[in-house]
Amino acid sequence: MARTAEASAAGVTEDIGEKLVLNLGPSHPSTHGVLRLVLELDGEVITKADPDIGYLHRGDEKIAENMTWNQFVPYTDRLDYLAPLANNVAYACAVEKLMGYELPPRAKTTRVICCELARISAHLLGLGAFAMDVGAMTMFLYTFTEREKIYNLIELLTGARFTTSFTRVGGQTRDLPPGFLEGVREFSQQFVGKLEEFGKMLSRNRIFVDRTKDLGVISAEVALDFGLTGPNLRGSGNDYDVRRYFPYLGYEKFDFDVPVGQAGDCYDRFAVRMEEMKQSVKILQQAIEKMPSGPWMVHDPKNVLPPKDKVLTKMEELIHQFLVVTQGPDAPVGEVYFGAENPKGELGFYLNSRGGGVPHRLKIRAPSFCNLSILSHLIPGHTVSDVPAILGSLDFVMGECDR
Amino acid sequence: MSQENQDRSADLVSAVKILPEFRGESSWEVAKEKIPELMAALKKEGFTYLADLTGVDNQGEDPRFEVVYELCDLSSRRFLRVKTKVAEGDSVPSVSSIWRTAEWHEREAWDMVGIRFSAHPDLRRILMWDGYPHHPLRKDFPLEGLSTEMPDIAFTAKAPLEGGPFVTNPAALSQDREPRAHPAEERSL
Repeated sequence: MARTAEASAAGVTEDIGEKLVLNLGPSHPSTHGVLRLVLELDGEVITKADPDIGYLHRGDEKIAENMTWNQFVPYTDRLDYLAPLANNVAYACAVEKLMGYELPPRAKTTRVICCELARISAHLLGLGAFAMDVGAMTMFLYTFTEREKIYNLIELLTGARFTTSFTRVGGQTRDLPPGFLEGVREFSQQFVGKLEEFGKMLSRNRIFVDRTKDLGVISAEVALDFGLTGPNLRGSGNDYDVRRYFPYLGYEKFDFDVPVGQAGDCYDRFAVRMEEMKQSVKILQQAIEKMPSGPWMVHDPKNVLPPKDKVLTKMEELIHQFLVVTQGPDAPVGEVYFGAENPKGELGFYLNSRGGGVPHRLKIRAPSFCNLSILSHLIPGHTVSDVPAILGSLDFVMGECDR
Repeated sequence: MSQENQDRSADLVSAVKILPEFRGESSWEVAKEKIPELMAALKKEGFTYLADLTGVDNQGEDPRFEVVYELCDLSSRRFLRVKTKVAEGDSVPSVSSIWRTAEWHEREAWDMVGIRFSAHPDLRRILMWDGYPHHPLRKDFPLEGLSTEMPDIAFTAKAPLEGGPFVTNPAALSQDREPRAHPAEERSL
């Protein structure tokens, strides 16, 4: 806005010549997937922006209405595909809220580790891609080296690197494997130093700072009005973090800070993500310290999958396994909303159940969907070269936006 | 507070039907005509964050559709769900002037379920393309999809999954859609 105001103050009327319509995307490296922006240009300045989403729409909500609760877990991997573990956890917690389960302590702490590993991994990718969009190519290689280590840990935990499908209603597919906690400890110890290196590479890099400071400024009120959550909201100075405001999985027992920005520009959003990774490491270390022993599944044999070793040796468990797999957990009638603090923001599930094994309606409140809705308000007044920086700083994923 | 204001808020309170609490969440139901007034009052009350807006198709019931608003009051950490019912072809007053995030959520509810919102600034489809004739999240829309008359954009032949082992039947009741699932017994809502 500021730049158009400057232009008119200098006596340049805005209606000189014809306006140019520019299509950015759906296949453009800076749109991180398949986002299409229809930009209306007056010279170099954008006067109107219309985001066009839906290129990755797969009908996840429709699919969910046609399968049992547990069968939907693999689909949640493909929402925010940069942090599949966090999506699994959010979905399982939502269904457990509907079922009225209270998880055993070990399951909760395991999930906290999953969420924080996923947060670090997603922020690392967001950071690398953002830096690359504004010209710092090498950053991407550094962050991917660290992501690789997280992927190895996730592979150890779930057997898959990318599509984890780790949770089930009432717990996880398996207990922590031997050596996993040591691996996480090792990773978190060396990661703090790496994070400082990344900070040094960018926060005093003249080009990076020039291209991100005072750009794409969002005030706290506007951010909340548009339903922004996660680092994008906190970068504007609002400290809403679901882990703090509506604690789940025992997050209230962990000691961590919620970083907030002040200016609400692209740089602050980047700085909030950097600090959040540091806090995630802090949470990881506490979780390893106090990892409780005991059961890692809820005890409700008719609705929760029994341990695999018992299925193979005991009659009762075999019957339960058969029932839970074919009919699904028998959910009560009712509706719940559960929001979890995911790397991109608040991932919410609205579950409407009419009883039985299948949801009546499952709505995914995707953080990227809401974070992108601000674009038509935010982009006008900036130049085309600013758009990659703004998009990179918003750190969205189309898999989750389009569902 | 003036007499007129008091009357109006008393009127608003009597219009709200408080539903039984479930899993610690409170839900209100209100007639759709009261939505703009109630929502504006709730925002003033502190509910500055509209977390979600969902359209639900209750096929076979009258009125058929339901719009569900999830509100959060961040300063006092409260959560509230507001629901309103709307018949097919009817429209709900938009709340996009109260929370701008509702603009996209309402576009999605229109696109997916086919609920119209009156006084919405820009009620276009959002996930499906312009000119798509169906509303995919309606219960009478089959999982394998329906053909459209736009040969270059969408398939006109039957979808590859049609008739496959994992395609379920279009029906309002869950046990009809997915016969293998746990049967939903006759339980009152």
